[in-house]
Amino acid sequence: MSETKISQTTTKKMSYKSLLIENIKYRTLLTEKYKNKKPYVPKNEKVFQAFIPGTVTEIFIKPKKRVKEGDSLLVLEAMKMRNVIMSPVSGTIKSVYVSTGERVKKNDILLEFE
Amino acid sequence: MGLKRKTADLKKRMREAIKGGGSQAIKKQKAIGKKTARERILSILDAKSFHEYDLFVEHAGRDFDMDKKFLPGDGVITGTGTINGHPVCIYAQDFTVAGGSLGWAHAKKITKIMDHAMKLKTPIIGINDSGGARIQEGVNALAGYGEIFYRNTQASGVIPQISVILGPCAGGAVYSPALTDFVFVVEGVSKMFITGPEVIKTVLGEEITMEELGGAWVHSETTGNAHFFARSEEECFDQIKNLISFIPWNNDKTAERFPKKPPKTKQYNIDDIMPADPRQPYDVRDVIKSISDDSEFFEIQEYFAANIVIGFARIAGQTVGFVANQPLVLAGVLDVDSSDKAARFIRYCDSFNIPLVTLVDLPGYLPGIDQEHAGVIRHGAKVLYAYSEATVPKITVIMRKAYGGGYIAMCSHHLRADFVCAWPTAEIAVMGPEGAANIIFRNEIKNAENPDEIRKQKIKEYKDKFANPYVAAAYGYIDAVIEPKETRSFLIHALEISSQKSQAVPRKKHGIPPF
Repeated sequence: MSETKISQTTTKKMSYKSLLIENIKYRTLLTEKYKNKKPYVPKNEKVFQAFIPGTVTEIFIKPKKRVKEGDSLLVLEAMKMRNVIMSPVSGTIKSVYVSTGERVKKNDILLEFE
Repeated sequence: MGLKRKTADLKKRMREAIKGGGSQAIKKQKAIGKKTARERILSILDAKSFHEYDLFVEHAGRDFDMDKKFLPGDGVITGTGTINGHPVCIYAQDFTVAGGSLGWAHAKKITKIMDHAMKLKTPIIGINDSGGARIQEGVNALAGYGEIFYRNTQASGVIPQISVILGPCAGGAVYSPALTDFVFVVEGVSKMFITGPEVIKTVLGEEITMEELGGAWVHSETTGNAHFFARSEEECFDQIKNLISFIPWNNDKTAERFPKKPPKTKQYNIDDIMPADPRQPYDVRDVIKSISDDSEFFEIQEYFAANIVIGFARIAGQTVGFVANQPLVLAGVLDVDSSDKAARFIRYCDSFNIPLVTLVDLPGYLPGIDQEHAGVIRHGAKVLYAYSEATVPKITVIMRKAYGGGYIAMCSHHLRADFVCAWPTAEIAVMGPEGAANIIFRNEIKNAENPDEIRKQKIKEYKDKFANPYVAAAYGYIDAVIEPKETRSFLIHALEISSQKSQAVPRKKHGIPPF
């Protein structure tokens, strides 16, 4: 695995790319880290994601329900803690994407507001 | 009992202790391609120079039936020796004895040899191969780690500290290497992490192999926690010996002087390496080799943030630390990782009286949301801090681009470089011509009938007027414009003339660098 990665900078055959900085295009190699960086996704206020991986143990809401900021939405058990997830906004629930007992990964979408 | 019998008794005791974990455990260690702790020490040190300390120390565990167990040397071998005649203190954790686990006596042996190194003012080399804290000894094991970390911090900048990871080094144990100057890793052998793959799987549900999480390559390329990557323990030991030849024994000394050797100019001709067009890449390490003794360059963190190159070389027999932008990778920009890498190395050189030679060719800082959010402001500031703070001789060669903030950061006259020279190809300007012309002549370009033509014309105007070293030279921001082939003699002279440099610093306990 590392064989191929190292040889990139040591062999003569290099795959140059161009990098734009202040309107100047530079011919250069890119690092693995640069190539693998995740594009920025603007925050969608309507979508509510898991801030930590864990298990959904209780759900207090369902679609069409109106909630106020601070109302409990669900319980996400993670890192041996029972995290009561509270609504960051006041609004109406559009859909719930998880069910009780479901394991979720970090950034999985849990529910969506209208 | 006569001397003979007493000596025989000593020899018997030594044989017992030296066996380590016994033949079964040693067989297991060797089966995965690892040397034993004792073999490692003997491979690194000069022949017959190792003098062992505390061979007969016994472990201090009293609970869980541990008092009935005999752990030879308590799982760590310590002592003194020499590397090519340079004195060092050394310790190696012995995985064959209770998994190299750290108990109170084990830690006590390590801290004793560390104290010794501080008193004797010699480098300390720690070989890590341990399953972690000896759980049976409870809080005493934690105390042991704490005592080691405290000493690592106290010794930082006083004696060189070298960590060699030749096995697992996990959990709290990783913080000793992290506090030391140089970390060596070996492919397939080294494993470093705070929380292992099993915990990550149970808690987070994410699966990853040990090698991918904290193997040698990950720490060499991605995290930057390791400074030297080797494919075998033998290669790693050669790297350690080489490093020791470049650095002084302690912060009161300078590195050993070697006989002066000319560079291999046939292989590395300084006039042929760098394209004059600032947009074209080349390997800056070839420039370093073209001006260093015997064209030998000992690179540090070769695979991490390769857009900046750091390492040791000798010029006229004297060790210098090179910091050079690498146009071959990411156009040589400063970013979060390259700033971290350079700043730490600059502080290392400053602590250990190693003059700094900076080779400049960079377009500026890497633009990007990821960079801004990763705190490139704070990390970039480290370079400014480290250069400004350093009082060792500082010599700067501006080869090509030196634009904007990058110009200031790369050991400019303003950060108190002692010598700044530029090649005729240097472009010292607030930004590249394309960017600058677009801003200065924005209205003229916008209102023109054929904006593209006017833009081209204005870029050329700006290029002719500012993309050179003479504007900066006119203000005295650079001391001289020299031909590339004069660089080596310029450096030799600068090093000679600054050999007695002494610079007062304001009285303070310590600064607050943007860690």
